[in-house]
Amino acid sequence: MRKDIIEIRWHGRGGQGAITAAKIVANAAFVSGYKGVVMAPTFGTERRGAPVFTSLKISKVKIYDLSPITTPDMVIVLDHTLLEEVNVVAGLKENGLVVLNSPRPLAAYSFPGMRVAVSDVTLYAVEAGLPPGIVNSGIIGAFAKATGLVDIDVLVQAIEKEFVGKKPEKNAKAARLVFDNTAIGG
Amino acid sequence: MHIIESGNVAAATGVKLSRAQVIAAYPITPQTPLTEKLSEFVESGELAAEYIPVESEHSAMAVCIAASSAGARAFTATSANGLLYMVEQLHWAVGARLPVVMCVANRGIGAPWTVWNDQQDTISQRDVGWIQLYCNDHQQIIDSVIKAFKLAQTVSIPVMVCYDGYLLSHTYMPFEQPEQGKVDAFLPAFAPKHFLDPENPGNFNTVTLPDVRLDVDGNMAPGYIEIRHNLQEDLRAALLTYENIDREFEKEFGRGGNPFIEEYKCADAEFVAVCIGSLSYQLRDVVDMMREDQVKIGVMGVQIYRPFPDEAIIRALAGKRCVIVFEKALSYGNQGALYADIKSALYSSERKPRIHNYILGLGGREIKTQHLVDALAKSCASPDTFGDSPRWIGLKLQE
Repeated sequence: MRKDIIEIRWHGRGGQGAITAAKIVANAAFVSGYKGVVMAPTFGTERRGAPVFTSLKISKVKIYDLSPITTPDMVIVLDHTLLEEVNVVAGLKENGLVVLNSPRPLAAYSFPGMRVAVSDVTLYAVEAGLPPGIVNSGIIGAFAKATGLVDIDVLVQAIEKEFVGKKPEKNAKAARLVFDNTAIGG
Repeated sequence: MHIIESGNVAAATGVKLSRAQVIAAYPITPQTPLTEKLSEFVESGELAAEYIPVESEHSAMAVCIAASSAGARAFTATSANGLLYMVEQLHWAVGARLPVVMCVANRGIGAPWTVWNDQQDTISQRDVGWIQLYCNDHQQIIDSVIKAFKLAQTVSIPVMVCYDGYLLSHTYMPFEQPEQGKVDAFLPAFAPKHFLDPENPGNFNTVTLPDVRLDVDGNMAPGYIEIRHNLQEDLRAALLTYENIDREFEKEFGRGGNPFIEEYKCADAEFVAVCIGSLSYQLRDVVDMMREDQVKIGVMGVQIYRPFPDEAIIRALAGKRCVIVFEKALSYGNQGALYADIKSALYSSERKPRIHNYILGLGGREIKTQHLVDALAKSCASPDTFGDSPRWIGLKLQE
């Protein structure tokens, strides 16, 4: 297996925008010098509200293997209620990272041997002026803060580009608010 | 400019840049986002084309045939059972020598029902007479669509541009969008010598007698068998035409150079894995892993399956110790179709390699890298004792 590839698995619900979030990060990573970027949604069975996941692989060089991620370096969870339905840490590498949208505090979560980052993305998105439930722009702020992989300014630019005509400033503001309000521990 | 989008959007963008004039399609998973994107392009005015929604794939191809007969650049796309539903019209399009271009997002065929990837749909259409190009990533999809339009109108033969459903159609990766001005210079407008013209009436594709006969102008006209012979000759000659088109494309856009086969670490290899489509890229990682263990192995992707690039394949494979052919399709009751074709091409070679055949990934069964490593390790360890029947990878049979 190639060790140069960073594997990021996104967990959300059908219709929640996990694919869009992963695509924004893919774009920002690409312009930051990650020439290998592959994003693969769950194939064929998406239904609104049902748990879905998306695989995002990034590397400095071209990626040839398109198969889904089984041993992620990090998992991004757009909805904390998924924890009751899906084993989001399945295959997560040792000392891996869980980024979680949750109204509960960091102390409420314990994933042995893993790092955790928590932010109430749903709350900050509303504070930024988005309708309740739009979390796919905000969660990117938590990703940026917890991983440092891609600069928040580059990510915000990618958000504004993706949401052209769909409240780009408010989506960008959500990401920045979450970036400033993400608790990291573990 | 690079963008990160799905393989279906790469295909749609290629169609837009090629300035298709008539698009007729019926949605089917996993092709659907391609036709949705094209209808968006037409609706927004970015693409000046007639988008004709139809009630079936058979009608989609019928519309393309009519449009192409009238001198318009025509495009459609489909997958799996949709492709099979238009088969009668596929034969008609090629018999009438119409340069229709069609994308196929490869998908397994029902029954039993499946929406996931394999290549049985297009491989089973290899004898129709269409040219078949296959892509390994999104850059190849957008570039191949543009090259396909040029090839089709140069040789008057329709072209399928095939790419793996889901694996490529729904996966996002970066690719470069060629500039419109450069595409326009590369791909001139479609200007057929004969087309349906109210000012100049004529009969197309009427009943053709078994023997030659004088036409209305008193010239000797070919019979059915001559017309079919000419199609075969023209298809074989299309290999050289495609090589030239690819070279011209490379000069203009800086990409290409492998119109027939794409080799990776094959120069000094004793063992060569061969397959069609995105799997050949996944195998590159496997080759790298096995090279670390000093196995002299490479991988070769077949980029054009019809016309069959036999000379390139002989050049690449004659003298190797063993060739291992992986296929997501089967000529049922015999062997993998690609395996049989490669064996046939090498029959006349004095330096025949051993050839092994593996069937895998049917109906979207995940192809695990470890399965590929295990299969290749087995073939490399005992190249002489495999037999002529295909072996299956990843089967979970009940004992």
